[in-house]
Amino acid sequence: MSVAKSLPHDAAPLHVTGQARYVDDIPVPANCLHLAFGLSTIAHGDITGLDLTAVRAAPGVVAVLAADDLPFENDVSPAANDEPMLATGRVHYVGQPVFLVIAKTHLAARKAARLAKIEYNEKPAILTIDQAIAANSRFEDGPVIWSKGDAGDAIGGATRTLRGAIEMGGQEHFYLESQAALALPQEDGDMLVHSSTQHPTEIQHKVAHALGVAMNAVRVEIRRMGGGFGGKESQGNALAVACAVGARETGCPCKMRYDRDDDMIITGKRHDFRIEYHVGFDDEGRIEGVEFTQYARCGWALDLSIPVADRAMLHADNAYFLPAARIESHRLKTNTQSATAYRGFGGPQGIVGIERVVDHIAHDLGRDPLDVRRVNYYREAQDDVSDASGGSIVNKEKPDAGQQTTPYHMPVEDFVLNGISAALVETSHYHARRAAIADWNAGSEILKKGIALTPVKFGISFTLTHLNQAGALVHVYQDGSIHLNHGGTEMGQGLFQKVAQVAATSFGVDVGLVKITATDTAKVPNTSATAASSGSDLNGMAVKAACDTIRGRMAEFLRAHFSTEKVIFANGQVQVADMTISFSQAAKLAYENRISLSATGFYKTPKIEWDRAAGRGRPFLYFSYGAAVTECVIDTLTGENRILRVDILHDAGTSLNPILDIGQVEGAYVQGAGWLTTEELVWDDRGNLRTHAPSTYKIPACSDRPDIFNVALWGAKNREDTIYRSKAVGEPPFVLGTSAFMALSDAIGACGTAYPELNAPATAETVLAAVNRVRA
Amino acid sequence: MVQVTFLLNGDPVRLENTSPTQTLLDWLRESRNLKGTKEGCNEGDCGACTIMVSDARGSRAVNACILLLPQIHGKAVRTVEGMSGPAGQMHPVQDAMVDHHASQCGFCTPGFVVSTAVAHKNGQRDFDDQLAGNLCRCTGYAPIIRAAEAAADAPVPDWMQDDLAKLDAIDGTDPNVAMPTTSDELAAWYAKNPDATLIGGATDVGLWVTKRLQSLEKVAFLVGVEDLKDIKVTDSEIRVGAGVTINDFRAAIASYHPDLAEMLRRFGSVQVRNAGTIGGNIANGSPIGDSPPALITLGARLHLRKGDARRDILLEDYFIDYGKQDRTPGEFVEAVTIPRQIDRLKCYKLAKRFDQDISAVLGCFSIRLNSGVVEEVRIAFGGMAGIPKRATAVEAALLGQPWDRQTIDRAMEKFADDFAPMTDMRASADYRLLAAKNMLLRYYLEDQGVQTRVLEVSP
Repeated sequence: MSVAKSLPHDAAPLHVTGQARYVDDIPVPANCLHLAFGLSTIAHGDITGLDLTAVRAAPGVVAVLAADDLPFENDVSPAANDEPMLATGRVHYVGQPVFLVIAKTHLAARKAARLAKIEYNEKPAILTIDQAIAANSRFEDGPVIWSKGDAGDAIGGATRTLRGAIEMGGQEHFYLESQAALALPQEDGDMLVHSSTQHPTEIQHKVAHALGVAMNAVRVEIRRMGGGFGGKESQGNALAVACAVGARETGCPCKMRYDRDDDMIITGKRHDFRIEYHVGFDDEGRIEGVEFTQYARCGWALDLSIPVADRAMLHADNAYFLPAARIESHRLKTNTQSATAYRGFGGPQGIVGIERVVDHIAHDLGRDPLDVRRVNYYREAQDDVSDASGGSIVNKEKPDAGQQTTPYHMPVEDFVLNGISAALVETSHYHARRAAIADWNAGSEILKKGIALTPVKFGISFTLTHLNQAGALVHVYQDGSIHLNHGGTEMGQGLFQKVAQVAATSFGVDVGLVKITATDTAKVPNTSATAASSGSDLNGMAVKAACDTIRGRMAEFLRAHFSTEKVIFANGQVQVADMTISFSQAAKLAYENRISLSATGFYKTPKIEWDRAAGRGRPFLYFSYGAAVTECVIDTLTGENRILRVDILHDAGTSLNPILDIGQVEGAYVQGAGWLTTEELVWDDRGNLRTHAPSTYKIPACSDRPDIFNVALWGAKNREDTIYRSKAVGEPPFVLGTSAFMALSDAIGACGTAYPELNAPATAETVLAAVNRVRA
Repeated sequence: MVQVTFLLNGDPVRLENTSPTQTLLDWLRESRNLKGTKEGCNEGDCGACTIMVSDARGSRAVNACILLLPQIHGKAVRTVEGMSGPAGQMHPVQDAMVDHHASQCGFCTPGFVVSTAVAHKNGQRDFDDQLAGNLCRCTGYAPIIRAAEAAADAPVPDWMQDDLAKLDAIDGTDPNVAMPTTSDELAAWYAKNPDATLIGGATDVGLWVTKRLQSLEKVAFLVGVEDLKDIKVTDSEIRVGAGVTINDFRAAIASYHPDLAEMLRRFGSVQVRNAGTIGGNIANGSPIGDSPPALITLGARLHLRKGDARRDILLEDYFIDYGKQDRTPGEFVEAVTIPRQIDRLKCYKLAKRFDQDISAVLGCFSIRLNSGVVEEVRIAFGGMAGIPKRATAVEAALLGQPWDRQTIDRAMEKFADDFAPMTDMRASADYRLLAAKNMLLRYYLEDQGVQTRVLEVSP
């Protein structure tokens, strides 16, 4: 069996030798042209004059296009048709593309793009959450409200109550490969587009509209991205469309890649949030009712903000049973980059909200936050638990056996965090270390340590139900080699490797026989974005279906041909009755007997149904779980802080490839911790993003990873019938970075008596301010 | 136009007619079709473009995106393609990166391979520092470090040695592009071309090219001026040539002022410190360059030269105002000297990230005591004003006072007399002032043996 093996990423040898090819590395014809956008320099206003004379006259410039020059649809939005590729009279943020330069070199295009004379009639800009609230600047008519029970009554009847709020900054994706696309004009007006995208079908769709052709005239291909993290779900549309339009206009291949600063200035980021809370609880910290008001800063266009904000609401409970809850969500429109998908897709923001509530309750009661967490955990699933922990664990805090549901009324049937937490407390020596930290802090005047365990429960499935489908195309050639294709895209997560292992397992062959090929809208159509952690769940199943179809045909043929019932595919061979032939012999024989060795596969996620308007249903097939213990240290003179040790136990079901999943967990943790600590986006009061390059925007560097970093997988199989009972792993561990944030809160709490009320990102400056608050 | 010759992955390259501001990265990718070296940020902050440069001084990792072609004249360059052997054999670092699952999306990987292979070649095992200039967004770094450690003991493959004798000499000059080999030559040319831009490591000027998109008409490359790279230590002073790289300066100063070396460990990244020079860090007059506050605190003197005329000034006097220095057209920084002294220097670098980040505040302190009384005090800050600046009011409040907490508390109040810092994307004015004050307290507490540095805490 190839699945469950820790095999290296399929492209690793290409990565390390520099041979792995990204969009900007694809050899291009000599007449290839290069594109750059000219950008708005103001946050909001009407363009009253657009003088492109100097741009057109600049060396190397071939053509310059503005909105009126576009032949067909001028829209690069994923759904709402509210995002012109080139501004139409009005600009809505600093960095919005206004015109397109087509030049002979990348540098010539960039230089020319700065030469425009644009006159504006400037309008007041709405930049912050407060400004948007004050101006009632929002998407949709009013807030979305979902509730379960009467939270107000429950809070009113509770022994204790608390109110508070937390601010969370956004996050730049900082994929190492900036956005890129290449369009190659074909005969008869067809277009071949290479795009660094998580969503080739959307690129195909947008390019077709921009060229006024049917989708069948556009083929989109992507072998790999240099990182995506959600930032290439919709943000590549503009480049692909620009290249296609440029190629149509000039008849030449057109390539575009954003310079890093342009990428950061133009493209959307994670939504920043403010979450206000009002909670009622008992003396044990058990939550009786909670009300959340979530404010999401969505930027100037809708992009994916509705499902992002929805997912924040859907994760407002995280791992905790909330008997009564009311969640109100405001989707605010601001004159900033249109916030977009980013690993977790609003889920992390919702989770940090409830984690703050739990931490605040613990402080109020003077209890270990872990105790408050456990008292509020959902009840453990009653089966399968012993798989990993060696004993059944029942949440004794909640003796009532009634079904526990989320605030959106979905029963939680697969909860394993009681078991995960118990095991992690043990392996991380949580209690002993908490005691040791208290001693250490007592003897340390300036430096203080903190520790926290935080859990994650993350819902798996697209909340837009129809997206939960996938296709695959598999060929077996007459030499027995296998060609694999599916709708998922590779951005480093190891999807292609995992899915190849699925294919190899179906045929009982070594994974080396499986050729992994670029995602291609001409091979598998109508795909969903590789997003929502769904890649291996959806595409693995589709690939398995295709492989099983071919294997079934081969088996049926072999049974008939050799008049036997016994046909077994294993170890690269096929056992037919008492005879063993190689897989390639079997393929050759099947071919010669006119058996079809090509098949498509299709999968759609079962069980899910979701009434968004009512906030009720089963939006997720299952949940992925995990927990992390982080220990950190802070300096109370400067606020400087550092993560010392992290222990993680994460649920990947029966992993398709444990080492790749551990890699996802390690990387996600560091990225999540970065979001909540050093990664600060700063806009000035004119709407200029001041942190538009790695010189000013600080993702974690090598030494920021924990000194001790223990990561293990939980190992229990998925209760749902997913691909080999594995679980999605892309986004859930991102949330584990929350434990770093809560450990900082714990360390700050050691400086005084008040609650730290720490906001994110917890930069040194933010930490020092909180230290001084708790001391006051 | 300029002519340069160098070894590229072992083979001689001769460019007869190239723009002096062409970056090596663009040339590799666009003219040589060597696509393994990646553009991640185009400003020397992510390391995806890291290549190895070797010469008589050894091999080092440098960012190709802000390396201008004339800077590699006469040197050997190896890209990720040249890390593998001539027959395609994998370098031990490449093997280890595969074995330890150290690549995910793979885009940063060539840079990590080169940085790690250079460290491997040089026998360096402080991988957190060696790789601080390489950003990875996927892995969280842990598997990369595991790979680096696993490969550390493997022998260095013989193909990693470059034979510079293979290079032919080249001359032929452009009057607007100087590539002097002695400081006399530089002085004569610059005096005649005072409007030229001097380029040391191009870690700043490189960004004028890649980000401001400037075309520099008249330039002099200082990388070949060997006599500016000397460090001379006598009983009375340490004289550091302007062309000494930050990394070489760091190594030389470590035994005299270890905390300055520790601060320089966090200055830029290995790649930046291998290119950037002490002269460049001073001469460009930045208020947030990290070496001037430390050097001012050590009482350093600056040596300036124009033609044959030389003058010395106190380094602190060089910085007049934001963007304004005491340097006349045609005059250049020749060296900086540090008086020999008992080491009392502490340097506190405060930034959002520990490694490879521009300081929000850099506080440097040297306070000498005699019988419990402050006998001599020098304090200078970066990031607190338009220039690197001494804290004279704070110094006055300390001088002659007993070395105790009351004195410290009183002196902390004086920071507002010395500094009115700005708010920007790195820090607010209030935070800068508060942190600066607290740095004085930290200096005092450290002196009392109190642990105050999070970087020194182990789990």
